[in-house]
Amino acid sequence: MQWETVIGLEIHTQLATKSKIFSGAPTDFGAVPNTRACAVDLGLPGVLPVLNEEAVTLAVRFGKAIEAEIAERSIFARKNYFYPDLPKGYQISQYELPVVGKGRVRILLDDGAIKEIGVTRAHLEEDAGKSLHEDFHGLTGIDLNRAGTPLLEIVSEPDMRSPEEAVAYARKIHRIVRWIGVSDGNMQEGSFRVDANVSVRPQGEAKLGTRTEIKNINSFRFLERAIRFEVERQIDVIEGGGQVVQETRLYDADQGETRSMRTKEEANDYRYFPDPDLLPLVIDADFIERATQVMPELPDARRRRFRDQYGLSDYDADLLTLSRELGDYYERVAQDTGDPKLAANWVNGELAAALNKAGLEIGASPVSAPMLAGLIKRIQDRTISGKLAKQVFEAIWNGEGDADAVIAARGLKQITDAGAIEAVIEDILATNPAQVEQYRGGKEKVFGFFVGQVMQATKGKANPQQVNALLKEKLRA
Amino acid sequence: MHHKTIAELAACLRRGEFTSTDLTRRYLARIECLDPHLNSYISVDPEGALAAAGRADVRLGRGEGGPLTGIPIAHKDIFCTQGIKTSCGSRMLDSFIAPYNATVVERLEQAGALVLGKTNMDEFAMGSSNETSFYGPVRNPWDVRRVPGGSSGGSAAAVAARLCAAATGTDTGGSIRQPASFCGVTGIKPTYGRVSRYGMIAYGSSLDQGGVIARTAEDCALILQAMAGFDPRDSTSVERPVPDYSAGLDTDIVGLCIGVPEEWLGTGLDPGVSAVVTAALTRFEAMGARVEQIRLPHSPLCVAGYYVIAMSEASSNLARYDGVRFGHRCRDPADLTDLYRRSRAEGFGTEVKRRIMIGTYALSAGYYDAYYLKAQKIRRLIADDFRRAFEQVDVIMGPVAPTPAFPLGAKIDDPVRMYLGDIYTLSLNLAGLPGMSIPAGFSADLPVGLQLIGDYWDETRLLAIAHQWQQTTDWHRTAPDFEP
Repeated sequence: MQWETVIGLEIHTQLATKSKIFSGAPTDFGAVPNTRACAVDLGLPGVLPVLNEEAVTLAVRFGKAIEAEIAERSIFARKNYFYPDLPKGYQISQYELPVVGKGRVRILLDDGAIKEIGVTRAHLEEDAGKSLHEDFHGLTGIDLNRAGTPLLEIVSEPDMRSPEEAVAYARKIHRIVRWIGVSDGNMQEGSFRVDANVSVRPQGEAKLGTRTEIKNINSFRFLERAIRFEVERQIDVIEGGGQVVQETRLYDADQGETRSMRTKEEANDYRYFPDPDLLPLVIDADFIERATQVMPELPDARRRRFRDQYGLSDYDADLLTLSRELGDYYERVAQDTGDPKLAANWVNGELAAALNKAGLEIGASPVSAPMLAGLIKRIQDRTISGKLAKQVFEAIWNGEGDADAVIAARGLKQITDAGAIEAVIEDILATNPAQVEQYRGGKEKVFGFFVGQVMQATKGKANPQQVNALLKEKLRA
Repeated sequence: MHHKTIAELAACLRRGEFTSTDLTRRYLARIECLDPHLNSYISVDPEGALAAAGRADVRLGRGEGGPLTGIPIAHKDIFCTQGIKTSCGSRMLDSFIAPYNATVVERLEQAGALVLGKTNMDEFAMGSSNETSFYGPVRNPWDVRRVPGGSSGGSAAAVAARLCAAATGTDTGGSIRQPASFCGVTGIKPTYGRVSRYGMIAYGSSLDQGGVIARTAEDCALILQAMAGFDPRDSTSVERPVPDYSAGLDTDIVGLCIGVPEEWLGTGLDPGVSAVVTAALTRFEAMGARVEQIRLPHSPLCVAGYYVIAMSEASSNLARYDGVRFGHRCRDPADLTDLYRRSRAEGFGTEVKRRIMIGTYALSAGYYDAYYLKAQKIRRLIADDFRRAFEQVDVIMGPVAPTPAFPLGAKIDDPVRMYLGDIYTLSLNLAGLPGMSIPAGFSADLPVGLQLIGDYWDETRLLAIAHQWQQTTDWHRTAPDFEP
């Protein structure tokens, strides 16, 4: 039987505020345990939450970035459950009325098509603390530094049909939150965590299958693997005559498998109810206006503009808008060189590969946009060939100076003097009469041999187009 | 000197008739001698109080300070006090010392009042008789075999027995007004949002409101003046100027229109209480007011609606007492579940457990709509009843409780009967309205209070009516002849 996979994601992204969502304690990462938690975060008796306005601003900005409705009135609710790192015995979240309503994002599929993924809602909530099981000799330590950190939980529609689509969607949300500055998206520090709801159904079936939820995935690679494993597991269960059980599962990256954490029967009854300590959150047009005043050109808009203005493919334009900084970088190179396509090839080609290999973000690139533009200009004015340019790029990357400095230092200036190239060609033809004979006898493949000889003799500096033209001319004679 | 009101004490201190230190010593001596028979205090802080009195005397000597400078008061043990234990009447917090002051504590301290100690209360303010306290019941100074009311029973008893000049209280369903009535003192519960809840340990957050128990309306005005006002640390406190309550006290009540809910004077009301209320209304008419019957048709729903909301919120508010970070922790927990289970089983008393369980049930999946949501609808209907009534009248008056103070142990094993005793007080909390209890007479030698209910933010008018009443009556000046 053919199976169809259905995936929906819940993404928790930490909002980039200086202080916590309901207290004035700082949100910085990596501090000594329990030094970033005040009386409110500790849930001491009598303390009360006060909403951080900046968290609301960031939520609204995200909502606008995904073309979502912003609720004029939303409600904070208590999600009640006991856990040692949940100080109050409840988490303040939003339940029935979230701040961000229905929105959408577009993802680029492998075949170049663009697919729209629905966002059901996004709501504000506080993070819990952390339980530490190591170093306590059979006991558990509690670090409440994280408690009260503002999160935006972004819930998608079950619109994704493959692990690749799920990853593309997660990456897109990641791109957007970083692009508009609502989150640093740092996955190692837990600023961006994904829960995946996965089910399968026979191809053509309208009814959704029973889903499982894989919790707390903190890398895109694990997301893809976890979903892939889970889909296969569910198909095996069904094809083996069993039924998928609705449950929460954990992905074990070391074993590459998902494991049952708790079933629906064991699930908490969270007893949500409106938090009486917080008034309804009322957002008016002025607030939205202020929140979105600094909104930059968004990824999709920029992708379309790159495509239309610079004649790039959607694919190239998408790669160039992976981050705002990368787009800015590209645009600088494209404008400086006046050749947007060549600029795109370099940014998406050599530069992207080098950054990737070094594990660097564009902001940390040793080759700045003006430097790359300088290199491309030397290709355009034929100072160097495209092939040598790669060598020059590497030298710039390694800190040997800009393109001109590298070309001068390494004597890589291209030979474009026809007389000089002619002399070399004549010399080579004279020393290889047999090959000349073969070529003239109709064996045109030997042409490559002559090109190679010329390039070798000129250390690759001869202008390839000129070499080709002059060789043909001389061999015809 | 301990029989004087705050207004009188302030004048004496200013004139130098005695010092704040003298006064504080007097109260401390009375507490030491009398409180073992009443149990109205959980903690007494003689050193802190005398040190503060010394500082107040220095200021008073320089002619500085305000009307509360050097006045010894007590705080209900629900308000967090930096350095003095805040138990909330519970074993759970028997060892808890807050690292901060409640806003109310902070403001009264800034106004110059000094703290003698923390008063006894029903555990987590859950009770109407002060019998649920981990520290034992408080006794009514008018008859030590009877309850002082609750949950602010310690505050009411201490004020009545002249063991402090005034005391703070909190009122979630009548916890200021009912003990004030039982102990023959004056109490005010302001409009929800008037007084900050920061540092006031939560029971039913949408109903809890801090207030004062004192001997007179004039004293209530002085204390409330210092307590009230917006607090950025409490999102439910309201940003609205605080009027000068004392300046409004002399407002005449001629022409005042008093509404009396017909639903409140029917069956179930003790004849003695009924007689006091009727006589009081007649007296108000003689003073120039007009009395009209009004209807609060949804009154019969309020007890059920109130207890669902209060217990639901309580079940969540009390989840933080889990033995993990502070408060009682059981010995040698075997694992996490054991830690939770035993810490809470040992730390909480029966009434608290009952309310947590009922509240948890009311919020559970499948029951939420039938209980919590329905209770919220009742709440709106009750607020609407009052809104319509206040289109017609200036103030509403009626009984505070169906009976005067009842004997210790009379209702403690019958929670429903105990809850029904709150029938006249808790609809105000559902609506968020301000209310007072003022001494209005006696029934079989026990004091009986009259309840005044105002429109939102109308504390000034309530205090003025009470003050005018106290200009022509002297029940508030009658002290229990309690001496062991």
